[in-house]
Amino acid sequence: MVLTQVHQPEEGSSTSVGSVFSSRYVQDPLPRYEMPQKSISKDAAYQIIHDELLLDSSPRLNLASFVTTWMEPECDKLMLEAVNKNYADMDEYPVTTELQNRCVNIIARLFNAPVSEKEAAVGVGTVGSSEAIMLAGLAFKRRWQNKRKAEGKPFHKPNIVTGANVQVCWEKFARYFEVELKEVKLSEGCYVMDPVKAVEMVDENTICVAAILGSTLTGEFEDVKLLNDLLTAKNQKTGWDTPIHVDAASGGFIAPFLYPELEWDFRLPLVKSINVSGHKYGLVYAGVGWVIWRSKEDLPEELIFHINYLGADQPTFTLNFSKGSSQIIAQYYQFLRLGFEGYKNVMKNCMESARILREGLVRTGRFDIISKEKGVPLVAFSFKDMSHNSAMKLATLLRRYGWIVPAYTMPVNLEHMTVLRVVVREDFGRPLAEKFLSHVAMALDELDSSSKAPLVPALKYTIEVVSCTDDANQPFMVRVLPQEAEPVKKTVPLLTGKTKGVC
Amino acid sequence: MVLSKTASESDVSIHSTFASRYVRASLPRFRMPENSIPKEAAYQIINDELMLDGNPRLNLASFVTTWMEPECDKLMMAAVNKNYVDMDEYPVTTELQNRCVNMIAHLFNAPLGESETAVGVGTVGSSEAIMLAGLAFKRKWQNKRKEQGLPYDKPNIVTGANVQVCWEKFARYFEVELKEVKLSEGYYVMDPEKAVQMVDENTICVAAILGSTLNGEFEDVKLLNDLLTKKNAETGWDTPIHVDAASGGFIAPFLYPELEWDFRLPLVKSINVSGHKYGLVYAGIGWCIWRTKEDLPEELIFHINYLGADQPTFTLNFSKGSSQVIAQYYQLIRLGFEGYKNIMENCQENAMVLKEGLEKTGRFNIVSKDNGVPLVAFSLKDNSRHDEFEVSEFLRRFGWILPAYTMPPDAQNITVLRVVIREDFSRTLAERLVLDIQKVLHELDVMPSKKDIDIQKTKSVAAAWKRFVEDKKKTNGIC
Repeated sequence: MVLTQVHQPEEGSSTSVGSVFSSRYVQDPLPRYEMPQKSISKDAAYQIIHDELLLDSSPRLNLASFVTTWMEPECDKLMLEAVNKNYADMDEYPVTTELQNRCVNIIARLFNAPVSEKEAAVGVGTVGSSEAIMLAGLAFKRRWQNKRKAEGKPFHKPNIVTGANVQVCWEKFARYFEVELKEVKLSEGCYVMDPVKAVEMVDENTICVAAILGSTLTGEFEDVKLLNDLLTAKNQKTGWDTPIHVDAASGGFIAPFLYPELEWDFRLPLVKSINVSGHKYGLVYAGVGWVIWRSKEDLPEELIFHINYLGADQPTFTLNFSKGSSQIIAQYYQFLRLGFEGYKNVMKNCMESARILREGLVRTGRFDIISKEKGVPLVAFSFKDMSHNSAMKLATLLRRYGWIVPAYTMPVNLEHMTVLRVVVREDFGRPLAEKFLSHVAMALDELDSSSKAPLVPALKYTIEVVSCTDDANQPFMVRVLPQEAEPVKKTVPLLTGKTKGVC
Repeated sequence: MVLSKTASESDVSIHSTFASRYVRASLPRFRMPENSIPKEAAYQIINDELMLDGNPRLNLASFVTTWMEPECDKLMMAAVNKNYVDMDEYPVTTELQNRCVNMIAHLFNAPLGESETAVGVGTVGSSEAIMLAGLAFKRKWQNKRKEQGLPYDKPNIVTGANVQVCWEKFARYFEVELKEVKLSEGYYVMDPEKAVQMVDENTICVAAILGSTLNGEFEDVKLLNDLLTKKNAETGWDTPIHVDAASGGFIAPFLYPELEWDFRLPLVKSINVSGHKYGLVYAGIGWCIWRTKEDLPEELIFHINYLGADQPTFTLNFSKGSSQVIAQYYQLIRLGFEGYKNIMENCQENAMVLKEGLEKTGRFNIVSKDNGVPLVAFSLKDNSRHDEFEVSEFLRRFGWILPAYTMPPDAQNITVLRVVIREDFSRTLAERLVLDIQKVLHELDVMPSKKDIDIQKTKSVAAAWKRFVEDKKKTNGIC
């Protein structure tokens, strides 16, 4: 006879048996401020975090962002396989390093850098345009300082000339690296940097003039050619040799495909460096940018570091060191997969969707379109009646449908304008554009009906300040004059229809 | 009768990837190709080239995490299209970062009240974290000097010569002078006494390292704090300390909780730690924690609204992926204190196994200490015939990537091999490594030294070949 034994389950021992949602982890409050003492099972950890993240907005409906939100599954596979490769280990991962170099060369030639067929271009992959701009700015600052030292002139007050429409990373660069930011103010109807005013502001302490190809606010391309011509004329007069940097964060992957005849890149002799975001119209997920220099002379050797503690000599000029390799590989994948015709097709589609959006908005008769047709595929629009509240309310109403459309005020001189902006990315096709327009129409209806009938009855008070000359301790007296509350006429429709609730 | 049509040669979707012409075409290296290619071909081509990269898990040089649980991979892939900086659109992701900051601040004993939020930020790595911390010190010092009416154009920072390259980057890019305390033979970290001697009125901070890159040692932050407090009392300069705990920050609280190195020491104003080292997350995340709000000047913080709502930001990078922040939070709640402690204890154990195995060969000096980051740094007792670089080269043949490097001044004559014990370096791998190192030593012993003079070289080469040929008795080749 075989004696069978029944196992008594211990308290809490069935952690691997119970399903995730029946385990006690789902009841315990989540640790917020202090590390929990005990471990929990990986399924529970996954589920808990996954569930909380459901409350984040959907990235693809985020119409505020230029940053890519969709890539092909094959690329996702490549990215996941590379997730444990630390990009900084160039000696250990030579192929990954070479992919970066190939991307740099491809982009440099896309921007018509004056490099010969087999010559290696000068550039680097970064974590985004912020880092790229800081590196470019550093190179300009150091070159300018060296030049001034050689001339025996003071070099403590460098400045940089840009438009007031610059993205925040230029202000960061200026503040963190102690360079003065001289901004060309915008004006009504001119929402980008005016080249004439910019060149006027250039002085002997200017390390460079930064032009933007694809302004964040309205998507417009600045006239880099005009800037180049005016600055060349000024340089001849003054002998200062002030260079240009083009912030092509958005426009760098648009202009070469849609507007190849537009001269904005290294074809203009004063342009010494260009940055572009791989994660915007480079069609890669967030986390990669590129900065390209015209030639080796434009990148001072003293800024480059050589280290050997990982085993072999590795030159490095970046602010970040260890980082993932996935985005660099994804960028090369896109170049290889799409090629020139692929990128051109994608950009053309984006412009089409932008056109449909723009025409739909114009048809409502309520909006002024601020963005131009030529530029980054986005539509920036404001209410014809210039109302700040309406724009904010519309943004809030659209959020209810799931769309995230930012409403923001323009910079100095134009603060009365509130603008809504929809960025058209690769994954915003015609069906989505039409759906968005229908939601805008619905939202406008709601906006109109709610503005005609205020829900809160208005009460007005009149306060009288009377001076009492006879009392030294209390020279003023405040009186509230009684006033009738204003009656508000509002009809509230009674609920009609169903009398039985849904059970 | 149905006429059937055969698909033509040019129909690319029919061909299997390796039958297509894409595998024959030369890869674009310098110029963007004109035409698109199918996504399967693009994937395969790149995947195949990447096979020639080293295997990340056999990369013994790196501190950076090379393995995470599949559940975490799932979370990371799901978040790959979230741009972290859109704080208004992804409020939960932003909150996960804030929770991590608070947990790490508490781990480092930041002086916070019950429901007070910590001051800190997630970065792309310790490099960015150190630059932010350094910027904060520089600005605070400049403001103080301006108030006092004293010159503020020559800031400097005092560190050991064993600092990682990002401190030198910070110094060069942000125009701060780097005053390095030289190492000496047998003493491979910053000497607190010499460091405090070098402090002057232009010093913005003294940087101590918890977990030196070269040999994993923890610097004596407490002694530094005590000596610096005394000097500050004499001079009135109020010089603060920053602790670069890139490696050690996720080790010391679990293995050496009684070691005082963090905010328990009053002069420590900021600490950085790499989430992607012993924080056990893939490459791409670091943390910088400040003691209090006063230690982070408000003027460095930016407020932007072009994404729709007010967002305060103090980082060098702006747009970046959210995956690593989520992965860090996953690790903190999945493992908890006991989980991290278990892992660190395992790493320590395996480091001991490796160290003892190496000592048993009798050929190595162990340069690393037992207390510190779980790594083993060693050099050859006798490197007259073959040096550590050759050992490293030969080990590559077995698949191991084990770098050799020279120490900084004044110990440049010492060359060291370093094995970093990460979470995924098990005891079996440690034992295997010892075996392979022994094989390499045998091979090197037989080989003539590069330093032999020509005649001896020729003689020993000839002798070696003779033996080699004699061993090969086979007359039939393998078919």
